[in-house]
Amino acid sequence: MADSSPAGSAVTAAAVPRLALRGITRRYPGVLANDHVDLDVLPGEIHAVLGENGAGKSTLMKVIYGIVKPDAGTMRWEGAPVRIGSPARARKLGIGMVFQHFSLFETLTVADNIRLALDAASAPGLPQRIRDVSARYGLTLDPARHVHTMSVGERQRVEIVRCLLQSPRLLIMDEPTSVLTPQAVLRLFDTLRTLAREGCSILYISHKLDEIRALCQRATVLRAGRVTGECDPRQETSASLARMMIGGELPHPVHREAHAGAPALTVDSLDVRADDPFGTTLRSISLEVHAGEIVGIAGVSGNGQKELLAALSGERRVARADAIVLCGTPAGTLDAFARRRLGLAFIPEERLGRGAVPEMSLADNALLTARGAALVSHGFIRAKAVRAYAAQTIAAFGVRASGPDAAARSLSGGNLQKYIVGREIGHHPKVLIAAQPTWGVDVGASVQIRQALIDLRDRGVAVLVISEELDELIEICDRLAVIAQGRLSPAKPVRETSAEEIGLLMAGAVPTSDRVVA
Amino acid sequence: MDALAQVVVLTLAAGTPLVFAALGELIVEKSGVLNLGVEGMMLAGAITSFIVAAKTGSAWLGVCAGALAAAALSLIFAVIALTLRANQVATGLALSLFGIGLSAFVGRPYMSVVIAGIKPISIPGITDLPVVGKAIFGHNPLVYVSIALFIAVHAFLYRTRAGLVLRAVGEAPQSAHAIGYPVMAIRYAAVLFGGACAGLGGAFLAVAYTPSWVEGMTAGRGWIALALVVFATWKPWRVMLGAYLFGSVTLAQFQAQAAGIDVPSQLLAMLPYLATIAVLAIISRDETAIRINAPASLGKTYHPE
Amino acid sequence: MKARLEVRAQPSRVAMWVAPLLAALATLLTGFIVFEAFGLDPVVAFTAFFIEPVATRYGVAELLLKASPLMLIATGLAIGYRANVWNIGAEGQLTLGALAGGAVALVLGDAGWPAALLLPAMLIAGALGGMLWAAIPAFLRTRFHANEILTSLMLVYVATLLLSWLVHGPWRDPEGYNFPQSKLFTANALLPNLIPETRLNIGFVMALAVVALAWLFVRRHIVGFEMRVSGLAPAAASYAGISARRSIWLGMLAGGACAGLAGINEAAGPIGQLLPSMSPGYGFAAIIVAFVGRLHPAGIVLASLLMSLLYLGGESAQMHLALPSAVTGLFQGTLLFFLLAADVLVNFRPRIARAAHAR
Repeated sequence: MADSSPAGSAVTAAAVPRLALRGITRRYPGVLANDHVDLDVLPGEIHAVLGENGAGKSTLMKVIYGIVKPDAGTMRWEGAPVRIGSPARARKLGIGMVFQHFSLFETLTVADNIRLALDAASAPGLPQRIRDVSARYGLTLDPARHVHTMSVGERQRVEIVRCLLQSPRLLIMDEPTSVLTPQAVLRLFDTLRTLAREGCSILYISHKLDEIRALCQRATVLRAGRVTGECDPRQETSASLARMMIGGELPHPVHREAHAGAPALTVDSLDVRADDPFGTTLRSISLEVHAGEIVGIAGVSGNGQKELLAALSGERRVARADAIVLCGTPAGTLDAFARRRLGLAFIPEERLGRGAVPEMSLADNALLTARGAALVSHGFIRAKAVRAYAAQTIAAFGVRASGPDAAARSLSGGNLQKYIVGREIGHHPKVLIAAQPTWGVDVGASVQIRQALIDLRDRGVAVLVISEELDELIEICDRLAVIAQGRLSPAKPVRETSAEEIGLLMAGAVPTSDRVVA
Repeated sequence: MDALAQVVVLTLAAGTPLVFAALGELIVEKSGVLNLGVEGMMLAGAITSFIVAAKTGSAWLGVCAGALAAAALSLIFAVIALTLRANQVATGLALSLFGIGLSAFVGRPYMSVVIAGIKPISIPGITDLPVVGKAIFGHNPLVYVSIALFIAVHAFLYRTRAGLVLRAVGEAPQSAHAIGYPVMAIRYAAVLFGGACAGLGGAFLAVAYTPSWVEGMTAGRGWIALALVVFATWKPWRVMLGAYLFGSVTLAQFQAQAAGIDVPSQLLAMLPYLATIAVLAIISRDETAIRINAPASLGKTYHPE
Repeated sequence: MKARLEVRAQPSRVAMWVAPLLAALATLLTGFIVFEAFGLDPVVAFTAFFIEPVATRYGVAELLLKASPLMLIATGLAIGYRANVWNIGAEGQLTLGALAGGAVALVLGDAGWPAALLLPAMLIAGALGGMLWAAIPAFLRTRFHANEILTSLMLVYVATLLLSWLVHGPWRDPEGYNFPQSKLFTANALLPNLIPETRLNIGFVMALAVVALAWLFVRRHIVGFEMRVSGLAPAAASYAGISARRSIWLGMLAGGACAGLAGINEAAGPIGQLLPSMSPGYGFAAIIVAFVGRLHPAGIVLASLLMSLLYLGGESAQMHLALPSAVTGLFQGTLLFFLLAADVLVNFRPRIARAAHAR
């Protein structure tokens, strides 16, 4: 881990940059992901790369790590020009990467996972070295455990330890905190600061302004593939960073007072056994969502959200019909189509492949959840009416697409999400469930979607939002509950709770035990 | 007692083509690729080995040629399904149909040709030992080869780093690529290996088991081998178990006829196929076992970046 | 300079229709090479294979006759394939259709039933027989999650053995000189002719009708839409409340019914009785027809004509060129390979990476 820079004063202007990028350009069909990007990372510096979804951060990291080759531009490593043609080459130089979507092998052990990433020569004594490194940096791990038994937070530790065992000089962290509780985030920051003090440079990719201001010494801001600013985030405010990130003020949805009515969705002691061997069992879940309110469920991924959503949407039927009551009707044993007829609408977490069929047109995708009388008559599809509905949705939500015949997969993430949201809202539902409604969506579309949910609430619809983005939930929800290990905490009004308390609940409210702390 | 030894010899021989084909396909599927072309590749191996044996007089040369021919066919599959990203199921079916047609076409002139073939070994003194002699030392040389193959495959998968990498590729090719492993090259190698093994299975039939060429002589063993891999939940030792179980079912057919049981031969001949269906149904019922043991990326088209 | 495959944002419609043409051309080219390799004059061989069989009125009727079961079965299979239900056992379902319909023909034909009643009864029995055989893999998949490719295929072997046993044993014609064959169907159990002095019967019209109905169902009916969704994105189907079980049953039964119908058409048409082999592999050739025809009715009709020509060509080649008739199977497999290869253009665009990089 050691580097020659003195501890504490690692970031000096005179130091040669560990990594210097000039003019990096990379194009994909239809989009210029990186447009002549310049970047300097100094030794021992924690450097943020800031930008909203789609700004080009991930592509840039893939270029640095050798997964993707740039169309143009140069790279210098500790002053000397380099060409990084593969991850193996990057690793030899001393670059390590912790991916946002982990590159782990679930059925293998921690030791085997790490072994695969290291050279054959470093095999002997690996389990002990894993234990040493993980103890040193406070990332407890058992080398003999199978990855599929581990929580998301624990899996991230495997990713990090895997990198650390290769003594990196530059560590790239891609959106690392999206899977952590607030407390775990603080522990991660401690680890990163220790590494930086030892001379390791850190590239920290994120769109979370508060974290960047707390952790990083310098920040490069990307917007639409271009560098739009460089600064010291400690001297900036969230507002000024946001301005560099999106070119304007960070918009906020407009709130009105909530007027909650009768319960529209009631969940009563719901028990669901996980049928996936890698899943979570739900225990005694109880919840009430009233008409005209937005209830949020926070939680780190992997704590039962998938199973709860499947049970609520009807993709998975449950044993007791009255475990789930929709608008007064026991619905537990009804399938998804029947629940829609009762007034349920659902925006799923996965756009492509679940919320929409990628190869089908937007018009056909409208038919996916709208098979009511207006669009289907005597079993036959009324093609004109379907296209009209799709066109209406496109217009109402400002979806950028060539028309109702555009294939779903040709739309950007934000636009497809807007279409799906619009399609569901267009059914005039009485209950709307949204899972990760703004994940991977650009800021403009995010705000639009959040506003749409709030407007829906004001029209008397019962809205349930399940999300891993705590900030989003705190912003739009009236009441908030937390799901952890398959159990749901009681929903409290947002004003009466705090991020700290929610963080504790997310971790299972037993902060000292190693197993539950994510 | 001698009858018992005879049963052992016949059972192992009957199961050997399945051992070759299924072990080969096991490796292919461990890398995440589903190759349904086993029947076609086996027939290609059979006819090629027969022709080469007939023309050169060397059955062993024929066996090698058979393995190579089947591997060449599997290369076509690899190019279309891996590099050109075609649907693996359709491409495998195409390979089988093509192999069946090609072998019938090329083999027409060889329908009544006779060759010497590879006979079971017979070491004077040892093979004559009661029971043990024949049961252990009286098998066809290729049967021993197939057992050696099993040992090699098992050791490769669970004792070597290369085997670990193969399993990783089958589990999550994107992750393997992100770490820097050449997923395509690894899958190509696995497919070619599987092809060669299927070829050996076919060659065994044509050059050792019943030295002759008959159109479609594999009679569905390629498909049964595919079912075997599922039945074995992708574990080599279970492949062996299943293959020899099928060997014994095939044998039961002949024993019943010899014993004069008055069941029409066609109905007895249905036994292996019905047994395959039953076995598939029983093993597939346990979704959890399948989910845990099946390579997670099996059959899915891989898009590098 | 490295070649790369780039995903197309929108699947290319042009490529979807050009790919089968490319595949057909490539197959013809391969034919040329094969003929050369056998020391035959390629032009002579090409003419004997592809032109001569359809040069007469009788030849054209034969072309349509062989195309009928192909387009019929392929249509049924296509419904299933769209829903990702891989029925590979059509050959077995065809056999069971011939058996079931044949049983009705043999029993009731002798009993003197009028053709107007007997033929529909036979056809229904044929369709039901095929459906029964297809129901087995459907049941095994929905109940036991057993792979329908392998189960339906195993049943092909079982069906062939069943047919063989019946025509060698219980159903053998007592006046048939011990040949393995059933009694000939009586006149009231044979399909009426369409064109005099040819073998073309109303089975052709039936096939066309089924193709048209199936198209209507797949494109216009909501259940057809649901099955398409099942095949393209099973998670989306579940999300939409589409029953995966129903898609599997419908997919298998559609294929089974069509194959069974084709089977009784063969028995009551050109063959006129039950023999150990009721089809030269129509069940498998239909799989290729379905793919090459893009699972689309127009494509399936055209592809079945091409496939039928390959069959006739094979027979002609055997007679005039001394080539084994198995050359048909060779061409069929080659055609499918080329189609799958050409298909890459539908969803991907080949890109040559620019040589000039500032690296």
